[in-house]
Amino acid sequence: MSDRINHIEPKRKWLDVDIKGLWNYRDLYRMYIKRDIVTQYKQTILGPLWYLIQPLFTTVMYMFVFGGLAGISTDGLPQPLFYMAGITLWNYFNSCFTSCSNVFAANQGVFGKVYFPRLVVPLSSITSNLLRMLIQLFMFILIYAYYAVSGGYSVTLGFVNDLGLWLGLALTLALFPILIMMVGLHAMSWGLIITSWTTKYRDLNMLIAFGVQLLMYATPVIYPLSFAPAKYQIYLNINPLSPIFEAFKYSCLGVGTFSITGLLYSFVFLCITMFFAVILFNRTEQRFMDTV
Amino acid sequence: MNAIEFDNVGKQYRLGLVGTGTLSHDLNRWFQTSILGHEDPYLKIGEVNDRSTKGHSDYVWALKDISFKVEQGDVVGIIGKNGAGKSTLLKLLSHITAPSTGHITYRGRIASLLEVGTGFHPEMTARENIYMNGSIMGMTRHEITRKLDEIVDFAGIERYLDTPVKRFSSGMTVRLGFAVAAFLEPEILVVDEVLAVGDAEFQKKAIGKMGEISSNGGRTVLFVSHNMTAVRNLCHNGIVLKNGQVDFVGTADDCVDNYLNVNVASEHLKIVDNIEWIKKGLHIHSIEINDSENTISTIKSGQGVLRVAIKGESEYEIKTEISMVFRNESDVPLASYPFCDEKQKLYTLNGEFEVIAEIKLPQTLYSGRMRVDIFFHQPNVEFYVKGTNCCNLDCEGFLYNFGQTIPQKRSGLLQFETYKR
Repeated sequence: MSDRINHIEPKRKWLDVDIKGLWNYRDLYRMYIKRDIVTQYKQTILGPLWYLIQPLFTTVMYMFVFGGLAGISTDGLPQPLFYMAGITLWNYFNSCFTSCSNVFAANQGVFGKVYFPRLVVPLSSITSNLLRMLIQLFMFILIYAYYAVSGGYSVTLGFVNDLGLWLGLALTLALFPILIMMVGLHAMSWGLIITSWTTKYRDLNMLIAFGVQLLMYATPVIYPLSFAPAKYQIYLNINPLSPIFEAFKYSCLGVGTFSITGLLYSFVFLCITMFFAVILFNRTEQRFMDTV
Repeated sequence: MNAIEFDNVGKQYRLGLVGTGTLSHDLNRWFQTSILGHEDPYLKIGEVNDRSTKGHSDYVWALKDISFKVEQGDVVGIIGKNGAGKSTLLKLLSHITAPSTGHITYRGRIASLLEVGTGFHPEMTARENIYMNGSIMGMTRHEITRKLDEIVDFAGIERYLDTPVKRFSSGMTVRLGFAVAAFLEPEILVVDEVLAVGDAEFQKKAIGKMGEISSNGGRTVLFVSHNMTAVRNLCHNGIVLKNGQVDFVGTADDCVDNYLNVNVASEHLKIVDNIEWIKKGLHIHSIEINDSENTISTIKSGQGVLRVAIKGESEYEIKTEISMVFRNESDVPLASYPFCDEKQKLYTLNGEFEVIAEIKLPQTLYSGRMRVDIFFHQPNVEFYVKGTNCCNLDCEGFLYNFGQTIPQKRSGLLQFETYKR
């Protein structure tokens, strides 16, 4: 029983984000994650296996198109390993961004009837996507192990080369979750901005459908950054996702460029967009029902 | 202690499509408020939300100047026609959209039952949905687990507990939705016209539960319904909304009376003025019911006859039956009395006419108010005059040879014995 007095005003303050409310609704957060996972593959026979089939097929297709036909370099790595690393991380970005950029439109039924802190929904969706991503990451590790054991290719973790076995391994394990979190939060912050802007004017919806596709080519997912000509690398470095993908590949595959400044730039960029996104989202949630 | 307080609340909407015109208004609003620091220029304009007439402005006030207070533990009925602003008011209260002006204060947690199965996911089982729905309304997992048996029992779906909700009948879905909200124990429960889908047994259960919530729990219920009997039975107080404004506040009975009484009855108003529609070429000069032209008159204790006299003029010949319908205050018909001429035929009216009829009142007549409708019509062909609710009759009530009155609300039926003159 809460006896607290609530006020409803025409306009909330800029920074009036209901953090305490979010905490109170943590069970809803859990339920949303469960719902996302449970309902997606109801009435399917293969069930969660689909999580694995999708990236596998994508990898095979990329091997054929980019590796075979276009002949893009994989920095001397076996193609499945190289593409799988990029696809796993990119899929995570893609699914987070797509679900977050659609929060208001997809949930107008529930949002139109009950109030709860709306941020619960995008937060839970990046978490449920994370679980999916971990399954795919597990498959990546299996393939990685296969190449490591079967020989023919000497697997190197980037930091193990630099810092020796234990320190390098520790750094890699510490860096992994940070990189993955950053990808998810980047996706969420952009998604929140898009969904807030598109409740009234839907123009941006037209853009994001093919925008994500284009963004993938502007990020070193299926090619190494070093493959791009030097004059374009500046532009690729503006993309805050580039340093994350490069660091990811460097730490687990030992190829690519690891740049502290790049990661710092990406982090600062993330903080600014996230701040802006949460404020915008918070303002939009007050009256989006009138305009959606 | 006030559970809910509305202070001058208004909600403005813009009509029409979202397009480039909207963008220019948005830019202007942003410029005026953020750069110049003025008030929102579009809040000054806007019209009362009478949707049947064409207005001059693109902006309407779905709600305007709404102020009222609700005591804790009260059950308040909100009534009004479609589009009076009931649902908008509930949406503002339950945080779904922000008001344009004013201030709302409430105490505690609100659970709203605005529509069937809020937030139910069709693919999930009933059990999963109870947890989902409960947490949407702010319950914790433990609270739900504690209440699970009660909820399932109340909804009567034990057998279907592990079946996806998409296999449920619509009635089962509503029952489940209601059960979750009712057992959540919110401080304020908002119920918007959900009972219509359930069967009679469930409606009874739900109404009982709502009564229990307010009387035992000291919690507040807002009840929106077009079912006037339910409002009368369940609510203590009421609010009547009309075109987005508060029209009347009072006890539930008074509110229902006020709402149903579309034609205002007063001693200064004549019955003729309450006639809604007359066919062209036909004129009604006066209508006397119970020897009075006023819209309110009293049937006295022991009075044997109700006299009706209608004077008018017709520019052409019409054949018509004249009928009167007597209703109680909840608009339930008590008796209908069609009158014809001496030969049991339709009246033939041409030129000036005067129709007089006397209705013999029964030997027992219960005390209370009746509403009277008058129609001139040729059955199954056309109407000449329509007057719904054109006058009120207050019966003092009498029981022949017994000297005691019984109120209409407790008894209901009224028997007319008639003869013609």
